[in-house]
Amino acid sequence: MKKPLIGSILAFATLLAACGGAPPAATSNPTTGATAAATADPCGVPVKGKCPTEAQAVTGAGATFPGPLYTKWVDQYNQLTGVQINYQAVGSGGGIKSFTDKTVDFGASDVPLTDAQFDAIPGGLYMVPMALGAVVPTYNVPNVTAAIKFSPEALAGIYLEQIKKWNDPKITAENPGVTLPDLAITTVHRSDGSGTTGVFTDYLSKVSPEWKTKVGSATSVNWPGGVGGSGNAGVAGAVKNQAGTIGYVELIYAIQNKLGYGVVKNAAGKYVEASLDSTTKAADGFVSPDFGNLKGQAAKISITNATGADAWPISTFTFLLLPKDFSDKAKGLAITRFAWYGTHDGQSFAKDLGYAPLPSAVQKAAEEVLKSITSGGAKLLKVNP
Amino acid sequence: MSRSLDRAFAAGVTALAMLVPLTLVAITILIVIDSWPALTTFGVSYFTTTEWDPVKLVFGAAAYVYGTLVTTLIAVLLATPVAVGAAIYLTEFAPRAVRAPVAYTIELLAYIPSIVYGLWAIFVMVPVMRSVVEPGLQGTLGQLPAIGKLFSGTPIGLDLLSGGVVLAIMILPILMAVSREVLLAVPPTQREAMIGLGATRWEAVSRAVLPYARPGIIGGAVLGVARAFGETMAVTMVVGNSSRDITGSLFVPGYTMASAIANQFVEADSELYFSAIVEIALVLLFVAVLVNAVARALIRRSIADRPAGAVV
Repeated sequence: MKKPLIGSILAFATLLAACGGAPPAATSNPTTGATAAATADPCGVPVKGKCPTEAQAVTGAGATFPGPLYTKWVDQYNQLTGVQINYQAVGSGGGIKSFTDKTVDFGASDVPLTDAQFDAIPGGLYMVPMALGAVVPTYNVPNVTAAIKFSPEALAGIYLEQIKKWNDPKITAENPGVTLPDLAITTVHRSDGSGTTGVFTDYLSKVSPEWKTKVGSATSVNWPGGVGGSGNAGVAGAVKNQAGTIGYVELIYAIQNKLGYGVVKNAAGKYVEASLDSTTKAADGFVSPDFGNLKGQAAKISITNATGADAWPISTFTFLLLPKDFSDKAKGLAITRFAWYGTHDGQSFAKDLGYAPLPSAVQKAAEEVLKSITSGGAKLLKVNP
Repeated sequence: MSRSLDRAFAAGVTALAMLVPLTLVAITILIVIDSWPALTTFGVSYFTTTEWDPVKLVFGAAAYVYGTLVTTLIAVLLATPVAVGAAIYLTEFAPRAVRAPVAYTIELLAYIPSIVYGLWAIFVMVPVMRSVVEPGLQGTLGQLPAIGKLFSGTPIGLDLLSGGVVLAIMILPILMAVSREVLLAVPPTQREAMIGLGATRWEAVSRAVLPYARPGIIGGAVLGVARAFGETMAVTMVVGNSSRDITGSLFVPGYTMASAIANQFVEADSELYFSAIVEIALVLLFVAVLVNAVARALIRRSIADRPAGAVV
């Protein structure tokens, strides 16, 4: 893939910034450096403290959604090890681009990469799940206090602009006892490209064949109608200001801003309320968690419309993008140790910050991927007993 | 010694002066190169179709061009009479004590960052547009046969009209400042001659002062257009950012070229998508140059057509 020039210039600036504090690459091999003695290798995992051979500064860029969680981890990891990790929340697309152009040491994305994006990365990459997030429908219907129930057909029909009124039988049939007004529906979507849109449209594509052929799923799509708002705040603002609107925002955003949100029928046919627990449950029944071999598997790592009885249907993983083989061993060590920290001790911060922690099966799968990351063919991580 | 220093200085300032046109050339080249895949893939259909589909990788920017032209037109139509009126008041009618403070206040508007206009627009202007202005327009002008179509649809406040109105407010200061300067530059003999002939104040202004100032006022409007074209943040916040079709109504969510770039640049992950966005920048650059050229030609013609009596 030809690199766009503007992108390269931006990337060059990032590179300059990233090079600022990077120390020379360490030469000793941390895994062979360990003795047979019972003393734990300071560079092994779990991360307990400083490792003399890991890089002291690394840079990553990507999804905005996990930004607050990664910032917390960066801070904690810095206290533990002294390593400075600079994470730039520029968006999933920007993260994939920077990672492909090698202007950052690691990337992050909320959406699975396409095959073309996989092919553009020489040496290949791993997508390591770090946490889970959810997207919820939020709406403004005057005089309705109960949470409105949406069937998948109703949500798709609304966003296809086929269901035009709140008292449409497709909505009222699922909401007995709730008086829905004869009010026009205005749909609100993200005007900026966003992983949130990626998850929401991925869900709609799974539940509606018509959506799949007419619109499809991506971080921005050709919306059949409605109004665009920039960011979660833009969507929430448009919904709040105008009666009859429906929009979609991240669950954390809805919780933090005390927005009401709808209940959605999941693949098991049960109406589920969105919560961190029901989001984790979406990944519980997750099959084939082979994060090491994901090319062509984008559909497999999507956890929208999950089959679990209590799973929230509009959920997603958020991933770190790591090279399969690091050319810079010191940086590779710091990044894989950081990723290990995030998927283990770091999970304890997830709930407080509004993220759903990984279920243990997924955590184990992430562990396997991290253990297989190499530098110059030699494995980077040593798991201390 | 001093001569060689002189020469070095001359070479230095020449180089600095060359930097500006070189930057423009470099930007143009860069934009053309980056938009090349989209240019060759879509050709003319890029400008004639409205389908913008990042999933199927089909891109047509007609709706964005339309949105930019419509919002800019609304802005200039709304802002010019207000600006010229205010300028006439300040130069011809206002008491001396009022002139400077009022002019200063209006010019101060030009220094407000556009994001502040955007926030004001979204929290104050949009609700008023939605609940008062737009239903009002619909009930009156909307009932007329031909132009009624402009005001059809559900008033939601986030639409082309709101985008145009916020732009009008943003270009008002520059239009006002230029008009005022131009009116001040009209030689007092123009007015004195008219009044000497027994004309009223209004006749003096409309027959002697305004014709003399017309080219300058048009020039101010051009500067306003240039600003309106490139304005991104405030418009993006209220224009609705939806570009399904060109319906002819001002009450539908629209999209401008600048907001399309700002919204979609970051997540444009495929080469063709990225290049289609850069092509918007190319079109924006091209249209801006074109509008400026046309406006300059207008000014030149209006100078040539200047009424004989108006030339001192």
